[in-house]
Amino acid sequence: MPLHVAVATRAFKRYSTYVGATLAGIFTNCVFGVILCFVYLEVWGANPDAGGYDASDAVTYVWLGQAMIMTVAVWGGGSPDDLAERIRSGDVVIDLYRPVGILGWYLSADLGRAAYHLLTRGLAPTVVGGLLFDLRYPADPLTWLVLLAAVPVAVTVSFGLRMLASLTAFWLLDDVGPRMLLGFAALFFSGLTVPLVILPGGLRELAMALPWATFLQVPADIWLGKRTGLEVVEGLAFMGGWAVVLLAACAWVLHRAERRVVVQGG
Amino acid sequence: MSLIEVSELRRTFTVRRRVDGARRKQRTEVEAVRDLTFAIDAGEMVGYIGPNGAGKSTTVKMLTGILVPTSGRISVAGVDPSRHRTALARRIGVVFGQRTSLWWDLPLHDSFDLLHKIYRTDPARHRTNLAEFVELLDLGDLLDTPVRQLSLGQRMRGDIVAALLHDPEILYLDEPTIGLDVVSKGRLREFLRALNRDRGTTLMLTTHDLQDIEALCDRVIVIDHGTQVYDGTLAGLHEQGGSRRTVVVDLVDEAPPIEVAGAVTRRVEGPRQWLSFPADASAAPIVAALATSYDVADLSIQEPDIEEVIRQLYSRPPSEPSGRPSG
Repeated sequence: MPLHVAVATRAFKRYSTYVGATLAGIFTNCVFGVILCFVYLEVWGANPDAGGYDASDAVTYVWLGQAMIMTVAVWGGGSPDDLAERIRSGDVVIDLYRPVGILGWYLSADLGRAAYHLLTRGLAPTVVGGLLFDLRYPADPLTWLVLLAAVPVAVTVSFGLRMLASLTAFWLLDDVGPRMLLGFAALFFSGLTVPLVILPGGLRELAMALPWATFLQVPADIWLGKRTGLEVVEGLAFMGGWAVVLLAACAWVLHRAERRVVVQGG
Repeated sequence: MSLIEVSELRRTFTVRRRVDGARRKQRTEVEAVRDLTFAIDAGEMVGYIGPNGAGKSTTVKMLTGILVPTSGRISVAGVDPSRHRTALARRIGVVFGQRTSLWWDLPLHDSFDLLHKIYRTDPARHRTNLAEFVELLDLGDLLDTPVRQLSLGQRMRGDIVAALLHDPEILYLDEPTIGLDVVSKGRLREFLRALNRDRGTTLMLTTHDLQDIEALCDRVIVIDHGTQVYDGTLAGLHEQGGSRRTVVVDLVDEAPPIEVAGAVTRRVEGPRQWLSFPADASAAPIVAALATSYDVADLSIQEPDIEEVIRQLYSRPPSEPSGRPSG
């Protein structure tokens, strides 16, 4: 355990050295947030209770989305990218001969990265959004605690998906294809462009059952108070379930890779 | 029972290749290692040599458990490496000359700290080891330097400390002196000799540098095309391969080919001449004879390189017995 904390801390520190990139990213998040807010306000102006959200919910959803983009690494990146690179270069042998599991190591690193992104790319745009628009905040301290627990679970789900894409590098050497596929899926199913709640019936049901719903839609519904009581527990169980399934899938693929695959280079 | 035992080890890879404009790629089996059998006892220092692509790294990967053999048996410290990779990892150290197990963005000290947590070495033991290795490899001033700012030689020393902090019984070194200058190479060899002498660490190193072997190894295993072609002493290898050293002589003036007992003149270029003599013979009488009979401006002695020795080994009839029975 102390090892994994050290790995997470190191990842946090590593990302924190790129101050310029962080500031530029925060600026981008704010600009996109403002643009999306105006689009959403138009939509909710025409249809004031779309998806069971009112205009204030919709605007809050926008800023939660901006906060989660980098934290959950919706578009990819984070430690699975490092692993894909190490598989390509053959440096993965160093990881393999150590007496610690690859999955736990890379997950810890990604959680460290996520913590950094939550505190910077997550918090700063939300503060800016709060100054510019009328946002909703959870009143119950318990809700804050639940959300605090939900974020690392969402990161773990996203990690599982990114890791599966990266692990294909053991067979394909180049994981660009699977990564692009994952990016397209996330673009739509994460609810980052359009909240999943306003999708039409069948499509909504489908989207709400997929792992990408854990990135934003489920935590946002908890934040906005759309899920209360048992529904909150259900939401967390849904997220935890996907996290476990995806980590198990990663472990299985990794095991196969270790037994079957040529490690590159001398 | 030996510390490392390998018997009839074989590893094949499937390669897909497009053959002559065929639309489908054809699968071909490539044998990276075949019928490898050897045993290494605790405390030995063994050179594992062969040309590029001979199967050296494949063997080391199988010995560390990273790669699963296609067939055959391996036992390292009493266990099957690929089945007990994690348990074995605590008892072995690996240095890959061309890769680093340190973290580029971290100072050396933090890398060592992280390794301490990985191997969960006893804290007191870790401290003593660290202090001793840092002292011996002269890394004291560099502990706060990020790894990316270290020179190749400094990084290699750092990597060797990294591989040894958990007191491994076996150390595998893959091209440890590659790219190092003469002074760094000498220091590293001195350190490895002391490590073997004082701690009894078993060393297995792959290298292209015959001088590494000369300085460190009593025993050499040569493989080529995945097959073991020699197992025995270095002297035996030279003898069996008929390898020769070369004296390069610069005379004061141009002269006809030199005639000296024990050596054959192979080449003449102006005042410079190349004389070859058996690698196990002493250069001293030849040099002495040259100095008395000729006006020598300068001379130097060239060692045979590994590729040369192995080529020689092949030009001999294949029935020649190896220096010592395998297994």
